[in-house]
Amino acid sequence: MKNNITALFAGLLMGLGLTISTMVDPQRVLGFLDLLGQWDPTLIFVMGGGLAVYMPLYFLLIHNKNTTAFGTPCDLPSSKQIDKPLVVGAILFGVGWGLSGICPGPALVNISGGATEILIFVVTMLIGMIVGARIKMT
Amino acid sequence: MKDIYFQALAGGALLGIGAFLLLYLNGKIAGISGITYQAIASITSQNSWRWCFLIGLIGAPLIATRLGFSLPDQISAPIITLAIAGLLVGIGTRMGSGCTSGHGICGIGRLSKRSIVATLIFMSTAVVTVAISRQML
Repeated sequence: MKNNITALFAGLLMGLGLTISTMVDPQRVLGFLDLLGQWDPTLIFVMGGGLAVYMPLYFLLIHNKNTTAFGTPCDLPSSKQIDKPLVVGAILFGVGWGLSGICPGPALVNISGGATEILIFVVTMLIGMIVGARIKMT
Repeated sequence: MKDIYFQALAGGALLGIGAFLLLYLNGKIAGISGITYQAIASITSQNSWRWCFLIGLIGAPLIATRLGFSLPDQISAPIITLAIAGLLVGIGTRMGSGCTSGHGICGIGRLSKRSIVATLIFMSTAVVTVAISRQML
């Protein structure tokens, strides 16, 4: 129960963060990715703000013991290898992100706007996730 | 500095706090693509925190709009482009084990080599994709 409430709260903060930072607007994201056009640096400030908070808190409170505030182990990825799925996956994601200006977080946050376009993106993204997970397992 | 940059920093800080809290309180990485996939892949009681996270994320605009922030009025891209993009984003984030949140904030924030490499690759690929698609228009 406790985990559900904290997860709901974390999701809410991240959804607010994506909305307030304007990252929910694909045009804003495309403006950042369009280095040859009218470059819009906003996304840098969003990542910078996120890392400025996350990184010190992580290294101060979690890194050494790798446990939560309640002493239970953190579930962190064990893989350290730069392997083919990582590289191929990042390339495919980059192409999709560049075509649309939409990544998974903003796609989900935009659902409540109710636009057909975003619903199509979310449905195809979910199908893609199932396909991608299958490819990775083989 | 423009107001939008302060807004971006504040929103970014909220993303960072949310991601930190999920790790510090739940012991989980706030990778939105991973949470979404796991949530739909197996609906079990162990997964309930993922659904709660997604409810918070998707419900956030209900609060944000009361604070004077808004979602974009429209997503102006052809349906076929959005469908292809959605498919690629889905496949890519699962194969590559993460997206902008999981690699870009949580992973880089932990100085994970995999996440730094993945972020550099998806960002530069996206920049090239935008450059090519805008040249063609």
